[in-house]
Amino acid sequence: MPKEYRTISEVAGPLMLVKDVTGVAYNELGEIELQSGERKRCRVLEISGTDVLVQLFESSVGINLSNSKVRFTGKQMELAVSEDMLGRVFDGLGRPADGGPSIIPEKRLDVNGTPINPAARRYPEEFIQTGVSAIDGLNTLVRGQKLPIFSASGLPHAELAAQIARQAKVLGSDDKFAVVFAAMGITFEESDYFIQSFKDTGAIDRTVMFVNLANDPAIERIATPKMALTAAEYLAFDKGMHVLVIMTDITNYADALREVSAARKEVPGRRGYPGYMYTDLASIYERAGRKKDCEGSITLIPILTMPEDDKTHPIPDLTGYITEGQIILSRALYRKGITPPVDVLPSLSRLKDKGIGEGKTREDHRDTMNQLFSAYARGKECKELMVILGEAALTDIDKLYAEFADEFEKTYVSQGSFADRTVEETLDIGWQLLKILPRSELKRISDKYLDEYYD
Amino acid sequence: MNYGTITKISGPLVVASGMKNTNMFDVVKVSDLNLIGEVIEMHGDDASVQVYEETSGLRQGEKVVSTGEPLSVELGPGLIGSIFDGIQRPLREIVKLCGTNLPRGIEVPSLDREKQWVFEPSVAVGERVFGGDIIGTVQETDVVSHKIMLPPDKSGIIKEITGGTCTVDDVVAIVLDEKGQEHGITIMQKWPVRKGRPYSKKLSPKEPLITGQRVIDSLFPLAKGGVAAIPGPFGSGKTVTQHQIAKWADADIVVYIGCGERGNEMTDVLNEFPELIDPRTGKSLMERTVLIANTSDMPVAAREASIYTGITIAEYFRDMGYNVALMADSTSRWAEALREMSGRLEEMPGEEGYPAYLGSRLAQFYERAGRVESVGKNPREGTLSVIGAVSPAGGDISEPVSQATLRIVKVFWGLDSSLAYKRHFPAINWLTSYSLYTNALSEWFKNNISEEWNSLRDTVMLLLSEESELQEMVKLVGIDALSPEDRLKIEAARSVREDFLHQAAFHETDTYTSSHKQYLMMKLVCEYYEKSREALANGADINFISSLAVREKIGRFKYVKEEETEDEFENIIALLEKELCGEEKED
Repeated sequence: MPKEYRTISEVAGPLMLVKDVTGVAYNELGEIELQSGERKRCRVLEISGTDVLVQLFESSVGINLSNSKVRFTGKQMELAVSEDMLGRVFDGLGRPADGGPSIIPEKRLDVNGTPINPAARRYPEEFIQTGVSAIDGLNTLVRGQKLPIFSASGLPHAELAAQIARQAKVLGSDDKFAVVFAAMGITFEESDYFIQSFKDTGAIDRTVMFVNLANDPAIERIATPKMALTAAEYLAFDKGMHVLVIMTDITNYADALREVSAARKEVPGRRGYPGYMYTDLASIYERAGRKKDCEGSITLIPILTMPEDDKTHPIPDLTGYITEGQIILSRALYRKGITPPVDVLPSLSRLKDKGIGEGKTREDHRDTMNQLFSAYARGKECKELMVILGEAALTDIDKLYAEFADEFEKTYVSQGSFADRTVEETLDIGWQLLKILPRSELKRISDKYLDEYYD
Repeated sequence: MNYGTITKISGPLVVASGMKNTNMFDVVKVSDLNLIGEVIEMHGDDASVQVYEETSGLRQGEKVVSTGEPLSVELGPGLIGSIFDGIQRPLREIVKLCGTNLPRGIEVPSLDREKQWVFEPSVAVGERVFGGDIIGTVQETDVVSHKIMLPPDKSGIIKEITGGTCTVDDVVAIVLDEKGQEHGITIMQKWPVRKGRPYSKKLSPKEPLITGQRVIDSLFPLAKGGVAAIPGPFGSGKTVTQHQIAKWADADIVVYIGCGERGNEMTDVLNEFPELIDPRTGKSLMERTVLIANTSDMPVAAREASIYTGITIAEYFRDMGYNVALMADSTSRWAEALREMSGRLEEMPGEEGYPAYLGSRLAQFYERAGRVESVGKNPREGTLSVIGAVSPAGGDISEPVSQATLRIVKVFWGLDSSLAYKRHFPAINWLTSYSLYTNALSEWFKNNISEEWNSLRDTVMLLLSEESELQEMVKLVGIDALSPEDRLKIEAARSVREDFLHQAAFHETDTYTSSHKQYLMMKLVCEYYEKSREALANGADINFISSLAVREKIGRFKYVKEEETEDEFENIIALLEKELCGEEKED
């Protein structure tokens, strides 16, 4: 029987100080019992002598310094996992939230996970066809990659993420797949959009959901991504499934992290976010990947909204330094009616080079990709120039580039939320567009491919 | 044995009491899990320990035992081709023992204890030897002959020395010191990471580190023994540039530290390097590479140690007389680890929460680079070049880590996201980057590559800077308002950018360019510029000059194989002259 403490001496925000505690472990999970019998979860954040600072995972409403009791469970935070989780909905702390019964656990896993030995990782290189040209053609996603979507309020990131979840497939394989969806602080409507979209395609039976909505306690969110990734690790590395994890919205998670840090009166880093936010985010994102001797994979698509559309804000900035690229959505394109409004120039997939080319997509993929990028960049420059100086100021070749940039946005990037293009279609559209330019301009493409596809 | 008990736990910081007999920076074992930590502060009886592993599950009252030794690395045969964590635990061995994820508190010797090496003595019995002297060699890989040196603190007369197969633990020689004491010498030695290895004197760098990357070698060269920084926002190609240098630099040994970066990047190196062939030795690149990995999900305190572990290994090879290149990707993560510990220690923060000693720590680290003459009676000259990536928040280099780095380094390769968006790689901005070694190295380029090298370089740099001014003007008044001479400059500068500076890391030929080919490439662009200028003066039309067919050939010259460059160069020059003459005749 674990000891009960009635020595809560301070409660402030998400933190609570318990005195005269002995024998608890750092990071141990605790339980607070209110007079009403209600129980709340917390974890040990710092031990100093016999004073223990704990962080609540739920709101502090009803905690009473004189008669609430604290028990330490002797365990880390754990998640009960089994294959029956597929098709179920859980709350942000991993408790069933769909009215269904509890999971009969096959095992219980520590949600913090352990780092993957870099010598045991398998390099991600299997092309995932998402059916979205801006991704498949230019910012290719591969199995085991972590590729975030940098969005902003009012942009259709949910549609894009749902489209990817719906259409994603690895060509020529019918491996077991699953989707793990973690919602952190999003609205009911947004969450419902995802659920409906999974239902429409039947993917719901292969989906595990962890949902913390905007009106759920903010600090509960700190555990949500860890819950989701623990479930994903179990499905991927124990059960050999290929798991796509979608997390939305990382910004809310980071804000919850800041709340705890501020309550602890830590020295803040940029914009009040804690100095260890890089490490904290990395401990989430780095759980994606593939391992040697394991069948499955975890492909991670976190979604974050950039405050004020600012890419240098700490949340997108630190994310970009950890993840293997980013898909950036642009308000300017969205206003032009381009869906998905993917801004391809600042978007990037770092792992694309190993996932494309002969045997994976098509041999001309790399060259055309580079050419499309540089032509679009030059086209956009020409268009800027045109705005200032008028069309007459452009040379003939620059006019072609400007035309190319317009066509590129209209036909290549814009495809709507329901078009599912094969990679061949995407590449062929690319060639159609490149034909706007004279052959001598296509310096990034080998003659071999120009002979075959250009003429 | 001293031991104390835990009184406080806060993330990677543990405070233990009852520790007054421990030394500062001693390694301690924390709790029964045997987590490794290092004493970083003493207050009376209390020691603050930074723990190199995850501290979840530690309890008050658990034991903290001092080992009485500072954090050290094992130096000896077996380093090359290995991948270690931040405190030199061999990651491949850990996979074999514990599977794919990293456990805590595991103890594995850094160097393989079982492996047999062949030791060939190079000193005889009775010979007098001093610290740092080479007493024999072990052929570690096909490429690296591992020189076995007497540890710097030992000297005396060789009493016994035996060649043949041995393990790193076997005593291969006995040295009798002045006091008549015998010391057994193994082919492995230990050295504390926070202390630079001694050398007899430091020299100024004088040779370039040839990397095969055109923008680096031609425009902003790094000297062997120099230090360079690559700051850039995410996605601008820091890691690719570091990998390219690790692959192609003409160093004998490469130490690559992945410090707080992505796990897959280390995997990439592990997969790719064994298959890549070093153009100079014809052997696999892995046979000269040592990897240190503290990926971003690995414990943060070990990140702080990882760069010291790496540079100590690099210094050890430097002492053998090798040219060593060390890459640290990224020093910002190291600085953040410092900041996190500093915060936990409740120190008064400096700028942006970084500790006030950030600048001096960085300087101490970079100053361990250099061209030195080793200790010992037959001094060897070795170099240690350091290339540090910096990841400034938001790509803004006004932040403390970038600024502290810039105060020290002599070469600055500034990566630019706008170049990266255009897929101009390497995205090293030619206007903001600099190398303070240009003058010191000009002599070498003149003598070894070409008399013209330095003047070509100056022409290219001038074209690029003039272009940026002209482009400003074009934005205001349009290209037609420029004089034909200025339009030619823009055309020539475009050729410099697209045909010379742009280099595809993933193209089999383009990935590495010899200095000679770089010279030919610069020469081609400059010839085009000079010849066109003459033609222009003789009344040729600028539109004709900018659309010469030969320009496509100049553009494709980078894809010409090294052995065919000379012929192709002659062809292009001839063609250029022919095309320009054709115009003059028409007039």
